[in-house]
Amino acid sequence: MGIDGRLTVAMPKGRIFRDALNLLGEAGLTLPRELVEDSRKLIVEVPGEDLSFLLVKPVDVPTCVEHGAADLGVVGKDVLLEEERDVYELLDLQISPCRLSLAGTTDWQPVLNPKVATKYPRIANRWFRKQGQQVEVICLNGSVELAPLTGLADRIVDIVSTGRTLRENGLVEMEEITRVTSRLIANRASYHLKSRQIGELYERLAQVVKEEGGLQ
Amino acid sequence: MPKPRQFEKPMGVRDFLPDFVNGKKWVEKQVGACFSSWGYREVITPTLEYFDTVGTASAIEEQKLFKLLDGQGQTLILRPDQTAPIARVISSVMREEPLPIRLSYHAGVFRSQEREAGRNAEFFQSGVELVGDGSPEADAEVVALAVECLQACGVRNIRVAVGHIGLLEALLQEELADREAVTELKKSLGRRNLVQFREKVRASGLPEQSQQRLLSLLSLRGERQVLHRLRDESRGEASAAGCAHLEAMWDALENWGVASYVMLDLSLIGSLDYYTGMYFEGYGADGYYLLSGGRYDRLMDLFGRPAPARGFALKTDRLVMACPERTEPRETVALVYPRRMHREACRQAKDLRRRGNRVTLFIVESGFSSEGLAGFDQVVEVREKDGD
Repeated sequence: MGIDGRLTVAMPKGRIFRDALNLLGEAGLTLPRELVEDSRKLIVEVPGEDLSFLLVKPVDVPTCVEHGAADLGVVGKDVLLEEERDVYELLDLQISPCRLSLAGTTDWQPVLNPKVATKYPRIANRWFRKQGQQVEVICLNGSVELAPLTGLADRIVDIVSTGRTLRENGLVEMEEITRVTSRLIANRASYHLKSRQIGELYERLAQVVKEEGGLQ
Repeated sequence: MPKPRQFEKPMGVRDFLPDFVNGKKWVEKQVGACFSSWGYREVITPTLEYFDTVGTASAIEEQKLFKLLDGQGQTLILRPDQTAPIARVISSVMREEPLPIRLSYHAGVFRSQEREAGRNAEFFQSGVELVGDGSPEADAEVVALAVECLQACGVRNIRVAVGHIGLLEALLQEELADREAVTELKKSLGRRNLVQFREKVRASGLPEQSQQRLLSLLSLRGERQVLHRLRDESRGEASAAGCAHLEAMWDALENWGVASYVMLDLSLIGSLDYYTGMYFEGYGADGYYLLSGGRYDRLMDLFGRPAPARGFALKTDRLVMACPERTEPRETVALVYPRRMHREACRQAKDLRRRGNRVTLFIVESGFSSEGLAGFDQVVEVREKDGD
């Protein structure tokens, strides 16, 4: 965490990065040219402003913020739900909308010992328990759509935005678990120790996404 | 699960090496001096308690308790915090002593953790409990004492966020008749999820004006004027009473000279269903969460001696990290002597120790590396004196 007035923002590489960058631009932040997704530099400072960015994997954004490596972070609600970190969820940035859904092959039939493959084991476990169903959750790190095709699992829980990937792999969306957009999150201590700076940045972003009311 | 290897420890517990232990003792000495100068007396309660007494009364959720069975099959717990045991002490062995009672402690507490990454299952707390006396001045006393403890440890950048659960509840209830909905909104704030709070307010179907009032709770942060704003707007008796309590508390904090460290945050909420009135969290240095505390008026009820009460616990581990500039007044001395000079070495060691040094002896004949001596402030060689 930066000392005194300096704010550090953890940015997720990948799906959300471009949308998040545009949003910061719309909020009137000066963005350095080095702030690109494939930047080799992992810490990018904004010249002339008390602001720097950390470029990390999306799943690491809440961890960085919880432990104070960054004061603020931009991250998808899917990751927040999965990671359950002790952070402030300040603002729905309404970017990169998609949904977390249960999907399976078109001819799916209930099986005796259901298996579900996912990158989101905690979300999947919670959701199935809430439905009163016991399933075995298999954790995969990518190409989750392969699981039903190879018999690794009979269904999957994954992010769906247009549904194209599902269709191309012969899968259909069966149920929506939750809607996902990106959020602005804050470290607990920073929220109080840097309330003025965070409040200002919050207000600039809130204006863009038309959220009324401030934090102070 | 394979057998643990020799170097392994259960998840979340740590070994503490001399450097840390020094820091811990130093912190405990600083804050302990503050506690006792404010009239708080130290107590020690057992590491083990019954689940049915302290376990169920504690603010810590059941799934975080370490449980074990005693010989009679009773469920025991490792104490997850110090407040519930002290409430038990005040209601039982100290029953005859009149309230208010001021007690303090330094203790390790145990909480089982699901996740890795810096979450500890055993950690140290120093804190106080002030039981009896429902006044705002008594609430302010523990906040002022908390600030003084952080100052005594040399923590820079101190900030104490103060909320009031009773006031928050009253404000929510003024807009929402449905108790369930009030609990839901409190849960969102407890999770520090402001997005969810806003979503729930918007989905409530309340008139626009009510919604606006609920949403404005999130911005009730700042100094005393927050209370003025609230007093002018609030309509119910409960919220007026909460507001008046916080105002009186603020006056008392000003009198103690600590109001400048305090920021009101009416959306701040601690452990649900445990705290009843004011609640506070202390932060400092480069972003450390250093303490939390508040008013818990229902706890003493559970032990049969109803009384208003409040206290706070310092997170000793983090305080050690937040104040690395501890002065070590005692010099370390390596006293190197040849075996036949042992008597003289003993004499010199005693002498150096009496003068406040920390002395370690090395026998020349045993052989030792120069690295072994490198960590000492001073190396003294014992030589034969003329005429010896």
